[in-house]
Amino acid sequence: MNPGYRLYYPRWYRKRVPIFWWLHKRSYAVFIARELTSVFVVYAVAVVVALVLTLNKGEPAWEAAMSRLSHPLVITAHVLVLFVILFHTITWLNLAPMAIVVKLGDRKVPPTAVLIGHYGAWFACSVVVAWLLLWR
Amino acid sequence: MSETLTVPETVILEVFRYRPEVESEPTFDSFEVPFHPEWMILDALNYIKDDLDGSLSYRWACRMGVCGSCGMLANGQPVLTCATYLESLLPGPIRIEPLEGFPVIRDLVGDIGDFMNKLSDVKPWLIRDEEKPVEDGEYLQTPSQLADYKQYSMCINCMLCYSACPVYRLEPEFIGPAAIALAQRYNLDSRDEGAEERMDVLSQHDGIWGCTLVGECTEVCPKGVDPAGAIQRYKVSATMDYFKSLLMPRSSS
Amino acid sequence: MKRSREPIIWVLFGGGGMASALFLPVLILVLFIALPLGWVQSAPIDDLQWLVRHPLTRLGLIVFVMLCLFHWAHRFRYTLYDGLQLSHLNEVIAVLMYGMAMVGTVVGAYLIWGVG
Repeated sequence: MNPGYRLYYPRWYRKRVPIFWWLHKRSYAVFIARELTSVFVVYAVAVVVALVLTLNKGEPAWEAAMSRLSHPLVITAHVLVLFVILFHTITWLNLAPMAIVVKLGDRKVPPTAVLIGHYGAWFACSVVVAWLLLWR
Repeated sequence: MSETLTVPETVILEVFRYRPEVESEPTFDSFEVPFHPEWMILDALNYIKDDLDGSLSYRWACRMGVCGSCGMLANGQPVLTCATYLESLLPGPIRIEPLEGFPVIRDLVGDIGDFMNKLSDVKPWLIRDEEKPVEDGEYLQTPSQLADYKQYSMCINCMLCYSACPVYRLEPEFIGPAAIALAQRYNLDSRDEGAEERMDVLSQHDGIWGCTLVGECTEVCPKGVDPAGAIQRYKVSATMDYFKSLLMPRSSS
Repeated sequence: MKRSREPIIWVLFGGGGMASALFLPVLILVLFIALPLGWVQSAPIDDLQWLVRHPLTRLGLIVFVMLCLFHWAHRFRYTLYDGLQLSHLNEVIAVLMYGMAMVGTVVGAYLIWGVG
């Protein structure tokens, strides 16, 4: 007999959630990784703002900044940042059909259409920004 | 020539035991059960209870995946034991544990009272300002109106989604996937007029806003209810409703 | 029961997620990688400066910065709750996260607007 046993009011077992619960399943780890992309978003935005300010200072400052950015370690780091942001973009756009369910009259807009619409918007935005920034 | 697969004679089940009258901490008991290709985990558990250890406690009822009683963890995954073949978990040993997120009363039986309270909180019934008298006939619904909420009506309250949801485990006040999906089942029903009432309960910090879209609930749902989708859609409608009420304050009723 | 004010923050989070998802990949590819490595040539500096100094661009950038920062604040707040199990510090973390986002927005707005 368990000395801690309470007659008629047995103790229920409540499992403690381990601090690294998110390492126990692949889908949880992917979820946490997805959430942490927000940190990389802040970094990327900060660098974009810095480049805007640098551009304002004139061509020599801009060229110097480009030169600093071209350092192999910096490029490697930014390629990593690009992959992380792509992970954010793709997971975000893929979840759009889950949240956006519209009915046109009697018919529901198919989730595939919502998905393609979002990817189309991504493509369009990228083309516009690239066109604005690059040699023409 | 088809290759002959070696079918094992037996398979080992490692079953979570918790007997408060003899132990303060849970243990695992190992059982060797005969292997049959057509057996589900539930059949193995019934064999254990019939022939090996009659003290094993667990829930089951319909044995065909519609009552939602037999939810448990098999090798860490929340499943319906009546709907999961032993064969899919070979070679074993297969670890059987009670659903996570619920306190364990005994062996594989968890206390689901929290879910039952949350379920009634969301008022999962048709709410109407005025009931139509019987003489006026039935409420009519087009197939399209039925399709609006049918998916969410498939929920069998098996709570696999609660077991899969890390937020529910970390924040027990979180109302949880199935409750929200069932609220949506009624919100989207054309006969229902209770969306306002439910929104008061759901648009709270431990209502829908606790959800971080992990998405595991939809992954494990045996009936394809897609609670994660229901929750995201509800976030959108709750947000639109919030801003509408900011710009056009409603008179309190 | 009074309804939570979360929708306001959720809209910012959602907007930030969408804005960062749509615009950051191309910005990173072009500005951080392709231009420094010389894979492509930028438009003439004068054109770029005109573009950046345009009030609409500045306004757009400020909104973009605000959305992205609040996206981070909201997401990181919940990651701290779930990942490090700090949800008992709910109010403290919320104030800290959104506070930082607000400070960042104000600083960014001041700097970006000053470009004109």
